[in-house]
Amino acid sequence: MAMDSNGAVETAADVRREISSLEKAKAQIEDRISALQARLNSYGLEDGSEKTNCSAPPPAEDLFSGKLSADMIYRYSRHLLLPSFGVDAQANLLKSSVLVIGAGGLGSPALLYLAACGVGSVGIVDNDVVELNNLHRQIIHSEAYIGRSKVESAAAACRGINSTVQIVEHKEAFRTSNALEIMRKYDIVVDATDNVPSRYMISDCCVVLGKPLISGAALGLEGQLTVYNYNGGPCYRCLFPTPPPTTACQRCADSGVLGVVPGIIGCLQALEAIKVAGAVGEPLSGRMLLFDALSARIRVVKIRGRSSQCEACGENATLTEQQFCNFDYEKFTQTPLSTSPLKLQLLPPEARITSKEYNEINKKGEPHILIDVRPAHHYKIISLPNSLNIPLGSLEGGLPEISAALEVNKAGDNSRDSSLYVICRRGNDSQRAVDCLHKMGFTSAKDIIGGLESWAHDVDPKFPTY
Amino acid sequence: MKDTRVQEPCKYIPEKMVSEEEQKDHTSVKIKVLFFARARDLTGMTDMSLEVSPGATAHDCLNELISKFPGLEEIRNCMVLALNEEYTLESTVVKDRDELAIIPPISGG
Ligand SMILES: [Zn+2]
Repeated sequence: MAMDSNGAVETAADVRREISSLEKAKAQIEDRISALQARLNSYGLEDGSEKTNCSAPPPAEDLFSGKLSADMIYRYSRHLLLPSFGVDAQANLLKSSVLVIGAGGLGSPALLYLAACGVGSVGIVDNDVVELNNLHRQIIHSEAYIGRSKVESAAAACRGINSTVQIVEHKEAFRTSNALEIMRKYDIVVDATDNVPSRYMISDCCVVLGKPLISGAALGLEGQLTVYNYNGGPCYRCLFPTPPPTTACQRCADSGVLGVVPGIIGCLQALEAIKVAGAVGEPLSGRMLLFDALSARIRVVKIRGRSSQCEACGENATLTEQQFCNFDYEKFTQTPLSTSPLKLQLLPPEARITSKEYNEINKKGEPHILIDVRPAHHYKIISLPNSLNIPLGSLEGGLPEISAALEVNKAGDNSRDSSLYVICRRGNDSQRAVDCLHKMGFTSAKDIIGGLESWAHDVDPKFPTY
Repeated sequence: MKDTRVQEPCKYIPEKMVSEEEQKDHTSVKIKVLFFARARDLTGMTDMSLEVSPGATAHDCLNELISKFPGLEEIRNCMVLALNEEYTLESTVVKDRDELAIIPPISGG
């Protein structure tokens, strides 16, 4: 506590409130600035008053004659000084347009570099809002934007770095219904998405429209990078004609990812996009870069060329715009396009209880055993008191432990049998575990619907989620 | 990792001529297998050495790996197979000290 100048008592809560209200105001002002900037950009240089250092795109005639304005020469001077890049490549960049699909871990650094380096026009597609657990890797977003559109946030950051670049906001999910219309306007596509159906859809769309695709992916401590559908090289389907089974498709939200790993891949995506747009160097077509963060190794593997059998780009392939629009990518990959986690319905209702019901049981002191079947490293993050951690993978080996715990409870209270409850993070593995326990004779086992997430949501809002 | 269960392609070697030890030295091909992404989870390894008989193809190596790690079946139809950092057909015959990489796609971001 401290006294302010008026002698009133000021608490930490007051300061926090003021900070948060100022941050809201700041975000609103930033929004207004970036909207105005966008409007200003649409005027071009008609009124001739654009002498200041950064404001609007250069007049078209300058670009086409290959001449850069004084501001541009100064801004991009380090590019111009590179003998292998120079004025020509920079002029190519300024004339090009890049569509970045996904403003997450990969898209963040890719967008920042693409805006900074002077790509003429950058489109951003995303349907998500910024969340606190994004910020460790999605470095384009800041705390002030939590709860707001990722596209708005990323666009404001890009405009803040380079107001001469045209930033186009596509605040929608990329789907077959809008894909062609959005992608058609751009020269180069960057796939910075996080799911399998999107990867097939984006690759097919690039084949249909003849756009080079800079594809990056990251998970855990590994990353992959390839340029598809470029200079006679293969498309995604040439390499992976059969989608992976759903069990092989891991998401960062489940498996985790070291923040800097998508950062590195996203930077490399920007680099490849710049090479393709600038028409310099040897883009990573027909090759795949594999990044292994743990061993600090980068391998480049030569991959197959275009497949004549490919259903998208092969000799007999006839993938038309219409066929693309009608293709069901979710069905093809057995995976939803949205990132919402799977909600399994494995058990009958009588084998399940809600987190609220479990809370009542706990409060009444009814004897029971609570098994937490998450992996040990999840259990270490946070767990419910008095729960027993037996990961799903080692459930069978843990049966004696469960029996022993039940025996101990029985000895303490002879009047009734002790109940057995199972919990996990979201309520999927707990069902698998209960199913397994039923088969092994623990017929009274029940799972807690929605797992620890529902506990945090319905019982204890202070319980940490991850 | 040595494995003596390897099924040799039909090749007649008279028992009298070479002892079992020598036979192994002369007839086995040792390759290094690299696992990436999901293949690492499924095997719990980043790499291993694999002994196969001469004339074995990348396809034979894959089958051998799947018999050691049945979980790998999951990604059998969705991976890039590279021999010495180059795309390879499953019919390619592997040579001693070759490096076979198993690269399933990552889709996260
Ligand atoms: Zn193809």
